[in-house]
Amino acid sequence: MEAHHVSNLLVALLLLGAAATGRALWRNRLWREALTELWRRRRLSLLTIALFISVGLLDSVAWIGGEVAGEDLLASHEARSVIDRLFLKPAEGSYSAPFATHTFYNKQPLVAPAGHPFGTDILGRDVFHRTLKGVRVALLIGGFTSLIAIPLALLLGIRAGYFGGRFDDMVFFVMSTLASIPSLLLLIALILVLGRGTWQVCVALGITSWVGLCRVTRGETLKLRELDYIQAAKALGVSNGRILLRHILPNLMHLVIVTFVLLFSQLVLSEATLAYLGIGVDGSWGQMIDQARTELSREPVIYWNIAAAGAAMFTLLLAVNYVGDALRDILDPRTLREDA
Amino acid sequence: MLAYILRRLGYGVGVVFGVLFVLFVLFFQIATPDDIARRALGEKARAQDIEDWKANNGYDRPLWPWQDFRDNQLFTHYHSMLRFDFGRSDVDGTPIARRLREGVAPSLTITVPIFVLSLLLTVLLGLFVAFFRETYIDIAGVFLCVLGMSVSILLYIIGGQFLIGKLLHWFPISGFDLDPSVMLRFIALPVMIGVLSAAGGDVRFYRTVFVEETGRDYVRTARAKGAGELRVMLRHVLRNSLIPILTRVVVTIPFLFVGSLLLENFFGIPGLGSLTVDSIQQNDFRTLRVIVFVFSLMFIGGQIATDISYAAVDSRVRLE
Amino acid sequence: MSAALEIEELSISFPVAGQRVRVVDEVTLQIQPGEVLALVGESGSGKSMIALGCLRLVPKPGRVDAGRVLLHGRDLMPLSVPEMRKLRGASLAMIFQEPMTSLSPVVTVGEQVAEAILLHEKVTRKAAHARCVELFERVGIPDAGARTHAYPHQLSGGLKQRVMIAMALSTRPRVLIADEPTTALDVTIQAQILELLRELQRETDSAILLITHDFGIVNELADRVAVLYAGRLVEEAPRETLLHRPRHPYTQGLLRSMPGSVVKGERLEEIAGTLPPLTELPAGCRFATRCARVFEPCHESTPASLQLAPEHSAFCFAVAEEEGG
Repeated sequence: MEAHHVSNLLVALLLLGAAATGRALWRNRLWREALTELWRRRRLSLLTIALFISVGLLDSVAWIGGEVAGEDLLASHEARSVIDRLFLKPAEGSYSAPFATHTFYNKQPLVAPAGHPFGTDILGRDVFHRTLKGVRVALLIGGFTSLIAIPLALLLGIRAGYFGGRFDDMVFFVMSTLASIPSLLLLIALILVLGRGTWQVCVALGITSWVGLCRVTRGETLKLRELDYIQAAKALGVSNGRILLRHILPNLMHLVIVTFVLLFSQLVLSEATLAYLGIGVDGSWGQMIDQARTELSREPVIYWNIAAAGAAMFTLLLAVNYVGDALRDILDPRTLREDA
Repeated sequence: MLAYILRRLGYGVGVVFGVLFVLFVLFFQIATPDDIARRALGEKARAQDIEDWKANNGYDRPLWPWQDFRDNQLFTHYHSMLRFDFGRSDVDGTPIARRLREGVAPSLTITVPIFVLSLLLTVLLGLFVAFFRETYIDIAGVFLCVLGMSVSILLYIIGGQFLIGKLLHWFPISGFDLDPSVMLRFIALPVMIGVLSAAGGDVRFYRTVFVEETGRDYVRTARAKGAGELRVMLRHVLRNSLIPILTRVVVTIPFLFVGSLLLENFFGIPGLGSLTVDSIQQNDFRTLRVIVFVFSLMFIGGQIATDISYAAVDSRVRLE
Repeated sequence: MSAALEIEELSISFPVAGQRVRVVDEVTLQIQPGEVLALVGESGSGKSMIALGCLRLVPKPGRVDAGRVLLHGRDLMPLSVPEMRKLRGASLAMIFQEPMTSLSPVVTVGEQVAEAILLHEKVTRKAAHARCVELFERVGIPDAGARTHAYPHQLSGGLKQRVMIAMALSTRPRVLIADEPTTALDVTIQAQILELLRELQRETDSAILLITHDFGIVNELADRVAVLYAGRLVEEAPRETLLHRPRHPYTQGLLRSMPGSVVKGERLEEIAGTLPPLTELPAGCRFATRCARVFEPCHESTPASLQLAPEHSAFCFAVAEEEGG
């Protein structure tokens, strides 16, 4: 199976999963109230995030064939996403400013005059196109990493907190060991030994970020375990598995969701730092910013690359952080003060 | 108390051994000596060259004790690291310990001012915003914090360099000199950027701590005594918030290093951050392994020190 | 002679579910110098809010909507913030319910009491400390000199409450508000603290507003009693009258539901229902939903104060009808 088939399939699975989760949450009265409250407080941020997610999903649905830019033979055999298909103009010669009609330095006429709202980069590629492609990378970093970190943290945290004993000691030791290595250094070391690339970066980010959530889940499970209704369920002979699934896990969901939202922005920021060190993910905003670094010292200044990538990243993170802030307020005003 | 200190130290030693094990797995098992040699020599290196390189750089022995009990990499790794015998760089053969020593002073010249200034500034701003809690100043303050947290440190650095160094010409864009008379000119910009980039998250955190503390009963008592709001904040709230502040400070110390990693490289300061970036770019695995170990060691030491000082300062902390 | 503390039609409201709810509704009380007035009610009836209202310390988002609080004839509500601060802890002091959490955990108790003195009087730190040792001895803290250097967590609950009392008395206030001063303590300690309060009150001749839900304490200490239900006054009378000849159905119910009020072996009565949620307070008399003697007027308007005897008044339509309108 080719890469774009996997991607298409994942999009379908993701949409199904999101629909199912949404339905489940909506059926629970408390969650419905929390979500309504969130919508009331953070309408603009939620819409912004929805817009970004739509772009990311559209960029993940790809197929081969169809109209291509100019005479580009290579492109006609590549899988191109919906977003790619919106940009059918061939590359320009070099830099051009936003909505310019000629290239920036040697004033050659453009193939698409005034057709590049964010200008073009050194290779003449449309910056708006690249910025939009960055959305998918950012969501991938946040999403894929969470897919690694959250299940791991939940599995270990709940088991350790609920059963205690030697397993708990072991998990606790592993957590304190990993937490003792400054996370950026661990991240760098992991990527260097795993090699550079998208999934390596996500795995490395996953390994460095599960500890925080695991600590929270373990602590909360320890507290929940002592609560009367859990004790009562035990006394009634309810199996451990059922208690974990029916009573403990649902009571941790708010922690997981808030941690995930707050983690997301940290992951994207970390990737930008990694991009600067040359070990980031290809096509990310961090990489765009990193590549645009020297452009600011040119005369006259090339600003649109860094501005586009920076603004896109900032907008997404601001919306996510703002939603995360409100979520924390709504779901848990006390225990989740600020551990992340 | 003594028993607690000993137990805490014992656990710390255990964690150090754990960290060393993680490093061993990463740098010997996942990235095998063959990989390391190939990275150093290039993908097309001949098998014989790789063997020679491994022999020259001490990577040619078996990894695990069950392969060779007396002579194995695991033992050597633990033995040399714990004796601070760090060996020579994989790339250019310079002693790693010397490079670390050389990097300490330049690093400290920017991390220490960043640390002190940002602590003072963020605690004060946190108090200020908390003082005006539930007013528009508070709402605006929190929004500014979230705004600041949403900007990548890359943008802070590039933007700061561009704005102050290039447009306003206040400070040189990069460079370094340990001579105190000119040093200030070089470190001013990186320090400013370092303080600013972390301010959002810190201020918001301290505000939360202070606001939570103002809701406590003893604050009401202080008000009922006739203490003014400013006095309540400075004498009662701040004093009771010291523990969360201390915890936060210890937790952020490694992040300080992260910030300086980029700052040093950007501004051409030849410190530990630059050393790290260089070893990443040159695939210098041994130097990187040492750097990770040294910083983890400092972090573990810091954590133990905080835990013990909690126990000493505040006997409310249960000695677990 | 003017009263030590007068509360006139005090109303305090909180926003609940988008509307402002009056948790204290037009409460009027008077305390004479040297008098102990007990304010009795269930938890949530607004007792503590009245106390905080007098000090103008109602926590946000609550606020005082209307009414006056006069301290020796001087209205506190229009005072500026610094003027009010000068009065707090000096002429008007308060003892809180939770001695465990009402003292700052990281400052020695001696320093905390000295702070109260230093805030209001121009004395040296040393003099303040000496006064503090004296006060500790006065409130019966053994080994007073050394105890001033203790941190709150090193003291028992009873000792902490003694510290709170010492702090409240440090500036010889003329009015003392004691908000459930013994609730958090063991029964034996409770008796000691009450004894101490009574002694100190006789000695200093200050007025005390005693907030409690315990008729045992009322019986020990109070001269007069005011009963509060859901933020409104329902009955006010001298202690003996109120304990033995209560007229308002709520007061009667409260007293009947107390252990020791009936012959051994009989069932204790209870008041039907529970305190209604703040958002569902009835329009007329707030007790109407639980009252056994409820009739039409109760649902329509708020009963006014009815003078039954000198110093005895009740707010009830049923009582009014009984009295012959």
